[in-house]
Amino acid sequence: MNVQIWTYLFVFLSFSLYIGIAIWSRASSTKEFYVAGGGVPPLANGMATAADWMSAASFISMAGLISFLGRDGTFYLMGWTGGYVLLALLLAPYLRKFGKFTVPDFIGDRYYSQSARLIAVFCAIVISFVYVCGQMQGAGIVFSRFLEVRIETGVLIGMAIVFFYAVLGGMKGITYTQVAQYCVLIFAFTVPAVFISLMMTGQPIPQIGFGAELTEAYGGGYLLDRLDGMSEALGFATYTEGQRSTQDVFFITAALMFGTAGLPHVIIRFFTVPNVRDARRSAGYALIFIAILYTTAPAVAAFAKTNLINTVSNAEYTAMPEWFKKWETTKLITFDDKNGDGRIQYVGDPTINELDVNRDIMVLANPEIADLPDWVIALVVAGALAAALSTAAGLLLVISTSVAHDMMKRSFMPDISDKKELLYARLAIFIAVLVAGYFGMYPPAYVAQVVAFAFGLAAASFFPAIVLGIFWKRMNKEGAIAGMIAGFGFTAAYIIYFRFLNPSIDNEESWLFGISPEGIGTLGTLINTCVAIAVARLTPSPPNEVTEIVERIRLPGE
Amino acid sequence: MSSNSANSYWKSNLKIVASLLLVWFIASFGAGILFVDALDSIRFAGFKLGFWMAQQGSILVFVVLILVYIRLMDKLDAQYASDNADEITAQSNTAQTQKEVKQ
Repeated sequence: MNVQIWTYLFVFLSFSLYIGIAIWSRASSTKEFYVAGGGVPPLANGMATAADWMSAASFISMAGLISFLGRDGTFYLMGWTGGYVLLALLLAPYLRKFGKFTVPDFIGDRYYSQSARLIAVFCAIVISFVYVCGQMQGAGIVFSRFLEVRIETGVLIGMAIVFFYAVLGGMKGITYTQVAQYCVLIFAFTVPAVFISLMMTGQPIPQIGFGAELTEAYGGGYLLDRLDGMSEALGFATYTEGQRSTQDVFFITAALMFGTAGLPHVIIRFFTVPNVRDARRSAGYALIFIAILYTTAPAVAAFAKTNLINTVSNAEYTAMPEWFKKWETTKLITFDDKNGDGRIQYVGDPTINELDVNRDIMVLANPEIADLPDWVIALVVAGALAAALSTAAGLLLVISTSVAHDMMKRSFMPDISDKKELLYARLAIFIAVLVAGYFGMYPPAYVAQVVAFAFGLAAASFFPAIVLGIFWKRMNKEGAIAGMIAGFGFTAAYIIYFRFLNPSIDNEESWLFGISPEGIGTLGTLINTCVAIAVARLTPSPPNEVTEIVERIRLPGE
Repeated sequence: MSSNSANSYWKSNLKIVASLLLVWFIASFGAGILFVDALDSIRFAGFKLGFWMAQQGSILVFVVLILVYIRLMDKLDAQYASDNADEITAQSNTAQTQKEVKQ
């Protein structure tokens, strides 16, 4: 059996599993459709949250990004896990106690205002759409490289699968498919890591192999020392040292943390468990499941970088293995023999460097670079698809609930029946799948940049509004609305200014306090908080009913 | 439910959250970003300590923090429930008689 057949087999098996689960878990009421009936056990919710959270970006791109960023890649690792501490301590238990379906539900009720609700709906839809396009594109890349179909066909297959279980099962179907998808993706991520760690260091646990000595075949010495040495010799930055300024790393990390805690598709997962206690437990499970991948990823990054340099540096172009040629045809590896010696010069100096490797392929190509068995390579493909589809489904559900529940039921058509609302929810997910599929096939060139956008915006809009709403009784609607508009507006303007209007001056000298657009969400969060507190102080206190809501959600119980 | 015990519950809750967030900040922003270079002078196995904290240690600390939080809050909830139960028993004669009957 070759890679192709293994891949078809694994993809077929995993997709059949997802469809089977979808048929078994159809939703029959809006409560089942929005929050899986509110009866998901914490362990299952922890897995579903982990799969929901770990997207194509975590699975495919993150280790690759880290292997090129070295120590600076830390902001992804800490940012995307540290946010769970904020979520578990500051948001999840209280929002569960509040006991409605969506984030705009909380904002609208806590700030007793339809405008606040609609601003929240707007933010939730923008953030989720931006994010879902990246997932569809990720699924498309995987399909086109490994199943050798056109990207369009790949996206269509992905759309069909997501459509099937999301429309049929809503949150219930999505939750249980995500549990299955977590198992597939974590297995697919760790198995090749264990293989490579064993091969290079003789250590089966990648997290330990990361700090272990290389085997004789790889030249001995500690892996990280060797990687530092090779990087310096070729003119790259030292792997274990930082290149970016401390304040920029600080701000990016904080923006990713606040953003994580403010992303609506993650928050709504905590509405699906039976009670507050289970909300805390499932946050704990979720972070454990996420940490398995997130502590493996930096090890994979170091292994992959070492392997890549070993394989290509100063090697004959014609002697390159098959994977090299295959990725060349997708243009994700490009080689330009500048000095015409037939050898690959892979060095830090851009004027003589001849090889350009797209960061996104490091995880996908890693098993091939390390010459692992065919079934492991096929497994990685199934894992990458699981990661992309599970996140896409969670995001589509947010879009659907925002439209059917927050806009129709809670704002414009309060009298519609449960049946009608369910129909609208399914219709909304259907349209959202089509739109996301379109952007997956014809992605705007700036998708990667726009995803960073989603985090900054979530951080600067939702996070302060929710936290202040829980922890400060005096917080009122005027403050919350002013804060959300100021935070969202400032962050969006800063990113658009540097990334889209003036990309030529997008550098450290022009940035405000040396903060890159990726990290500006942190400043947006601070602005939101300050504006909200100042405005709230100058305007009347919230009504008594609202103070009572706050008192109620602060206490334990169902 | 007495507003007094509700208040003290909330205060203990805030204390727990604040102290855990302090550890959260020190482990991530402190060890992984602000003091990473200083910690790098310490080595164990093939790791520099600062680098290890940034790419491994901080994540492990996060997991432990949430687990500690779950434990502390369970305890606090149980204490709050029993405080409330005591108050209700003290206030209500019927409850007291029932208790005596049981004993």
